Amino acid sequence: MATIGESSGFVKFFRRERRCGDFVFATAMLAFSLFLVVSFPSQTATARGTAWAAQPTLWPAIGVFGMAAFAALNLLSSVLSPRVPGRWQELRVWLGFLEYAGWFLLYVLLVPQLGYLPMSILIAVALTWRSGYRSLPMTLVAVLAGVGIVVLFKAGLRVNVPGGAVYDLLPAGLRNIFIVYF
Amino acid sequence: MDYLLPALDLLLQPAVLVALLVGSVGGVVIGAIPGVGPAVAIAILLPTTFVFEPLVGLSLLLGIYGSSMYGGAIPAILMNTPGTAVNALTTYDGFPLTQKGEAQRALGLAYSASFFGAIVSIVCLVVLMPVLTKVAPMFGSREIFLAALFGIIIMILSHRGQVFSAAMMTCFGILLNTVGMEPINYTQRFTFGQSWLSSGVNLVVVVLGLFALSQAFLLLSGTDKHVEPQKVSGSVFGAMREVWQHKRVAGVSSGLGVGIGIVPGVGEFVSQFLAYSYALKTSKTPDQFGNGSPEGLIASEAANNSVPAAALIPLLALGVPGESLTAMMLAVFYVHNVVPGPQLLTERMDFVIALYIALLVLNVFALAFLLVSTKALIRVISVPNRILGMLVLMLSFVGVYSLRNSITDCLIATAFGVFGAILKRLNVPIVPIILGMVLGGIMEAKFRSAMTRIQSPLDFLDRPISAILVVAILAVLAASLRSALKRNGADAD
Repeated sequence: MATIGESSGFVKFFRRERRCGDFVFATAMLAFSLFLVVSFPSQTATARGTAWAAQPTLWPAIGVFGMAAFAALNLLSSVLSPRVPGRWQELRVWLGFLEYAGWFLLYVLLVPQLGYLPMSILIAVALTWRSGYRSLPMTLVAVLAGVGIVVLFKAGLRVNVPGGAVYDLLPAGLRNIFIVYF
Repeated sequence: MDYLLPALDLLLQPAVLVALLVGSVGGVVIGAIPGVGPAVAIAILLPTTFVFEPLVGLSLLLGIYGSSMYGGAIPAILMNTPGTAVNALTTYDGFPLTQKGEAQRALGLAYSASFFGAIVSIVCLVVLMPVLTKVAPMFGSREIFLAALFGIIIMILSHRGQVFSAAMMTCFGILLNTVGMEPINYTQRFTFGQSWLSSGVNLVVVVLGLFALSQAFLLLSGTDKHVEPQKVSGSVFGAMREVWQHKRVAGVSSGLGVGIGIVPGVGEFVSQFLAYSYALKTSKTPDQFGNGSPEGLIASEAANNSVPAAALIPLLALGVPGESLTAMMLAVFYVHNVVPGPQLLTERMDFVIALYIALLVLNVFALAFLLVSTKALIRVISVPNRILGMLVLMLSFVGVYSLRNSITDCLIATAFGVFGAILKRLNVPIVPIILGMVLGGIMEAKFRSAMTRIQSPLDFLDRPISAILVVAILAVLAASLRSALKRNGADAD
């Protein structure tokens, strides 16, 4: 049969291995691409008297329209490929990433207040406990990991992490040491 | 010889040697831990290296890149779990050897085959250097544009079964690179009126999100699988001598690694699959493949370890990175205003030779470290995934925050971290985003410059190298389409 059936060449050309959540992702990417396509006229501007090859719109156009075209093909490929059940379970896993994104942002926001060393120890211990490792040896490992990372990067490699506001409460000599090394 | 002494002078600085030692030892350890990998480590360390001299920073990153595959062989052989993705084929023959009680033989074969591959590739590059210095200056804007385009096309096509998603991600990367103020006409592109988008999307922030933070989120939200590694006793030296009995397989596999490593966008996976297929086809004992064949193990390890040196060629000679790790290294060059490309080969050959000697030295460091530390590394392998996730998350903070102390950067990296974790769950390739960003920028600049001297598209064919590249691009596209239609036809039959 020449129609688009299970065994037609068209279907087989697009078929691929897909995982749970593939359809949701493919749809979201196409929607995002279409949003960018619609935004294209308002988010770019052509330059008068400039050749087409040097137009500031050329490469965003390649990116946006290419993305939309391949996102459509990817969605078509997803629809034509055998479905694997478990979409909602997979979405819950994706939402689970947001919890750890939150932990990371909390770390980022509190370092300038509480200082790099105290916050690193706190986050290491908190995440170790959150992961289910609540024994004393594992807590000590977490503390050592926090201290080790700070000593290696701030005291050793002098990476650019500012001292915490809380260090201002320390006596002058100790405050300088903490600001520079911890 | 004229450049050797200045190169040694550059290399023998204490800071460079320390960076090499730390990089190669760190690379082995990182490679040995499943779930981390060199991309995560390089992404985290990238901003840290900006404060160093270019050779110091590059030595550190090269150390990690070049030695991680040595370490990755350990869990592949002892636990049937590849330490880095490119050690996947090592499990085919490495783990069966372990099950037969020959773990130390398998480790010895892997270490020596890796070392063999690395040395062969470095020797090849030194021999090729005079040719490169003659060919590289023949690359003008249109040739570099075509080389970058060729790299992008090859990279997309190499994702068999995921070509549409790889192409979509490449276009996304090209778009990300254009966000912000356009540098020639000063127009805003996709900033949505947000001032923080005017300066563009920082490559390092995206890299840290996609590679490091995404891995932290995946490790933390996953479960800990405890795999008991096999015990190793005895010496690996006997097995290391065994590689010489299979020097044909080791030599051809290394050659394949060099040849394929030079082509942008392909890398270790293709080279080791080709090497493994070659070893299988030419073996007198093909039935042993997959059941503990020393030839299979040698082929995969020699091929994948000969790629890093070769992958530096398009980066150094043309400024075109072939894969994500060399794309990250390009950032180190740019930060220090060292522009890789034809000029680097003609004007800073001492620097280039120093990098190759650094590659040689790091391989010696990595091998020496492995010979004394394998038993200790087996303990490191057993660190629970969620503890690793906690460490990667904390290290990612160093990478992102130390860049500019910007909370906006951290928010962008977090968003890309969540996006990267979803991509990894779905097995959608991440590397095309990074290569799209890097190669997209190169293509935009070179295309604009090339088109000022071009009257018609046929002018792309009036110079020998650009003509070769155009023919190569068309040939690759035609071959890929033909292969897809043939496969499709065979399936339909």
